[in-house]
Amino acid sequence: MTHILVLSGALFTLGALGVLIRRNAIVMFMSVELMLNAANLAFVGFARSREALGGQVFVFFVIAVAAAEVAVGLALIVSIYRSRSSIDIDMVSDLKG
Amino acid sequence: MTAEALFSLAPLLIIFPLVGLLINLAVGRRIGERGVGIVASVAVGLAFVVAVLQLVALGMEPEGSTVHIAEWIVIGQLEVEWALKIDTLSVTLLLMVTGVGGLIHIYATGYMHDDVRFQGDPSRYPRFFVYFGLFMAAMLLLVTGNSYLTMFVGWEGVGLCSYLLISFWYEKGKDGIGNALAGKKAFVVNRIGDFGFIIAMLITFWFFGTLTFEEVFHEAVFLGPAAATAATAITFFLFVGAAGKSAQIPLFVWLPDAMAGPTPVSALIHAATMVTAGIYMLVRNAVLLELATLTPDIIAIVGAATALFAATIAVARFDIKRVLAYSTISQLGFMIAAVGIGAYVAAIFHLVAHAFFKALLFLSAGSVIQGVEHGQHHADSHNDNFNPNDMRNMGGLRTRMKATFWVYLVGALALVGIPPLAGFFSKDEILADASLVSPAVYWVLVLSAFLTAFYMARQIIMVFFGKPRSKAAEAAKESPSIMVAPLVVLAILAVGGGLINGPGLLPLTHFLEDTLEGIHEPEFIAAIAIFTTVLALISMGLAWLAYGRRQFRAGDQDPLQSKLGPVWTAISARWWVDEFYDWLIVRRYIALSRWLAESVDDRFLHDWVHDTVIAQTFVRGTNWLARAFDLGIIDRGFDGLGALTRRGAGGLATLQTGYVRNYAIAVFIGLVLVVSYLLLR
Repeated sequence: MTHILVLSGALFTLGALGVLIRRNAIVMFMSVELMLNAANLAFVGFARSREALGGQVFVFFVIAVAAAEVAVGLALIVSIYRSRSSIDIDMVSDLKG
Repeated sequence: MTAEALFSLAPLLIIFPLVGLLINLAVGRRIGERGVGIVASVAVGLAFVVAVLQLVALGMEPEGSTVHIAEWIVIGQLEVEWALKIDTLSVTLLLMVTGVGGLIHIYATGYMHDDVRFQGDPSRYPRFFVYFGLFMAAMLLLVTGNSYLTMFVGWEGVGLCSYLLISFWYEKGKDGIGNALAGKKAFVVNRIGDFGFIIAMLITFWFFGTLTFEEVFHEAVFLGPAAATAATAITFFLFVGAAGKSAQIPLFVWLPDAMAGPTPVSALIHAATMVTAGIYMLVRNAVLLELATLTPDIIAIVGAATALFAATIAVARFDIKRVLAYSTISQLGFMIAAVGIGAYVAAIFHLVAHAFFKALLFLSAGSVIQGVEHGQHHADSHNDNFNPNDMRNMGGLRTRMKATFWVYLVGALALVGIPPLAGFFSKDEILADASLVSPAVYWVLVLSAFLTAFYMARQIIMVFFGKPRSKAAEAAKESPSIMVAPLVVLAILAVGGGLINGPGLLPLTHFLEDTLEGIHEPEFIAAIAIFTTVLALISMGLAWLAYGRRQFRAGDQDPLQSKLGPVWTAISARWWVDEFYDWLIVRRYIALSRWLAESVDDRFLHDWVHDTVIAQTFVRGTNWLARAFDLGIIDRGFDGLGALTRRGAGGLATLQTGYVRNYAIAVFIGLVLVVSYLLLR
C-alpha cells in the first residue's frame, strides 16, 4: 500500500511542479493531467486496500471530468495561439494590475 | 289665524327678498329687465304683505312675540340665536321699510332702465336689483333682530350694500374714480361708527352677561340706578355707531358723497331707511337711555348741532341731490335731538314721515335729472361737461315736467312743515317736546327749520320756475308712468302721513306704548305750530325775494353770495369740514403710512432687519457651512476615503501579476495552509 501512495505523491509533485515552473501551455496542461492521474492512483490504491468500490467509481468520474476539461482546455489553448501566435503562458498577462 | 301663527310668518320678511335676489342673481340675465324688475318688486311686495300680517297679529296680541329660528353662537355664557323680535316698534319700521322700499323698487325698474343706457352698460341692470334685494334683507334683519349681535349683522349688511350701491358706477365720477372713492369714504366712515357699536356690545355683555335686548332691558330696569354708569357708557358708544350710520357730527361727511349712487339708492338707503337705522337703534335702547346720565344730553346737543350745521350748508349747494343730502342730515339731526330729549315717539314719527317725503323728494329729483338728461340727449348731446344734477342748468321745468313738479312741491312742503302735511305734525312734535325740555335745543331746531324752508324754496324756484337755463332743460320731458306712479303714492303718503300720530288721537304713541314703556303723550302746542308755520312761510318768502323775483340766469352768481359775503364762502365750502378732516386725519394718516412704509418697513425691516440681520447672518452661516464644514470636514473626509481606497487598491494591484504561475502558486500555498490547518487543528 505504501508504495502506491509514494508513487501517487511523486506523480502529483511532478505535476504540480510542472504547472508552476513550465511556461508552455501544453506542458502545463499535461502536468495538470498528471496530477489528476496521481489522484486517480491514490483512489484506486485506497479502494483496493479497503476493499470498497467507491474509490474505483470515483476514478471514472474523474476521468470523465478530465475528458471534459481537456476539451475546454485544448480549445482555450487553440484560441490563445490564434490570437498571439504563441502558447507561452507568460505572454497572457493582460490581467496584470 | 291666531296671533302666534301670524307671528311665525315673520322669517318670510327676510326670506322673500333673499329668494328674489337669488333668482335675479341666478337667471337675471335671462329673464330680461322686465322679469328682474317684477321679481324684485314682488319680493318686496310680499314682504310688505307679511309686515301687514304682523300688524294684524299685533292687533290681537299687542305684547308682540319673539320668533326663534335657529341657534347661532353658544360659547359659555354667551348665547346668541337667530330670532326675530316682532313688537310695535319693529313693525312700525317694517311697514315703512317694506312699503317705501316697495315703491322705490317699482320706481327703480323704470329709472334704472334709462340709467343703465345713459351710463352705457345695460348688463348691470340685474346687478342693481340683486344689491337692492340684499339691502332689503339686511335692513329687515336689522329691524327685527332680537339681540345686539343679530342687529349688528343687519347693520353691517346695509353698510355693505350702501358701499356697493354708492360705487355702483365705480368706473365713473371724477377722474373715473370719484364714485369708487365716495363708496370707500362711506364705508370707512361707517366703520368708525361700527367700532363704537362693537364697543357698546362688549360693555353690554361684560355688564349684563347677555346680548338679547329683552334680557338686557329687564336686567337694567331691575338694577335701576346701579346700572346708570354702564348704561351711560353703552349708550354713548351706541350713539357713536348711530352717528356713523345716521350721518351726525362728526361722522356726517360720507352722506353727501354717497349721492354718487343712482337716485333710487339715495332715496331708499340714504334717505328713507338705512340712515335712520341709528335712530331706530337708539330708540330701541330707550330703557338704557332713560338710565344713562350724560349721554342723552350729548345726543341732543349733537343732533341739534347737526340739524343746524347741515341746513346752513344745504343753502349753498347747487347739486339738486346734495341739497337733499344735507337736508337729510339736517332732518336726521332733528330725530337724533328728539331721541336725546327723550321724545322717542316723536323721533320715530319724524323718521317715518321723513321716509315718506324724503324718498318722494329724492325720487322726484331722479325724475328731474333723467328729464334733463333726456333733454340733453336730444338738444345738446355734444356737450360732455354738462352736469344734469346742477340746478344752475335747470329752471322752468314746471311746465315741462308737470307731474314731477307737483309731487316735488308736495314733498318740499311736507319737509318744510306746512300744515296739514306730514312734516308739519312730526317736526312740530319734536319742537314742542324740545321747548318743554331744553330751550337751547328748541331754538337751534327752529333756526334749522327756518333754513330748511329757505333752501327748499330756493331749490324749487331754481329747478322749476323761471326760464330754462340750458338747452337740456329746454328740451326736458316727463318721466314714464312707471316712475310717476310711485311718486304719486308717496305724495299721498307725504300729505296724509301726519295722521299716523295726529294730535288728539295719537295712534302711533298708543301703538308704541306697548313696546316703549313710560312714554308720555306729546303735547300739541298751538303757539309753536303757528309760530313755526309762519316762520317757514317768511323763510320761503325770503327765498322768493332772493331767487324768484329777479330772474336767475345762466352764469349768474348766487344772489346770496354778495349779501352774505364771508358766510356764503364758508357754507359754500361746507365749513371746510372735509378739508379739515383731510388735514387732521387723512394727511396725518398718509404721513403715518408713509413713515411706516419708508422708515419702519423699508429702512428698519427691509434694510436693517432683513438685509443686515437676517440676510447677513444667513450668508455668514452658509459661508461657514460651505467653507469650513462642507469643504473642511465632509469633503476632506470623502477625499481621504477615496485616497485610502486608491492607495489600498494600488497595493493590491501589484499582486495581480498577470502570470498564471503566480496565481497557481498562490492557490497551492493556500491549499497547503488550509489543509495544514485542518490536519493540525
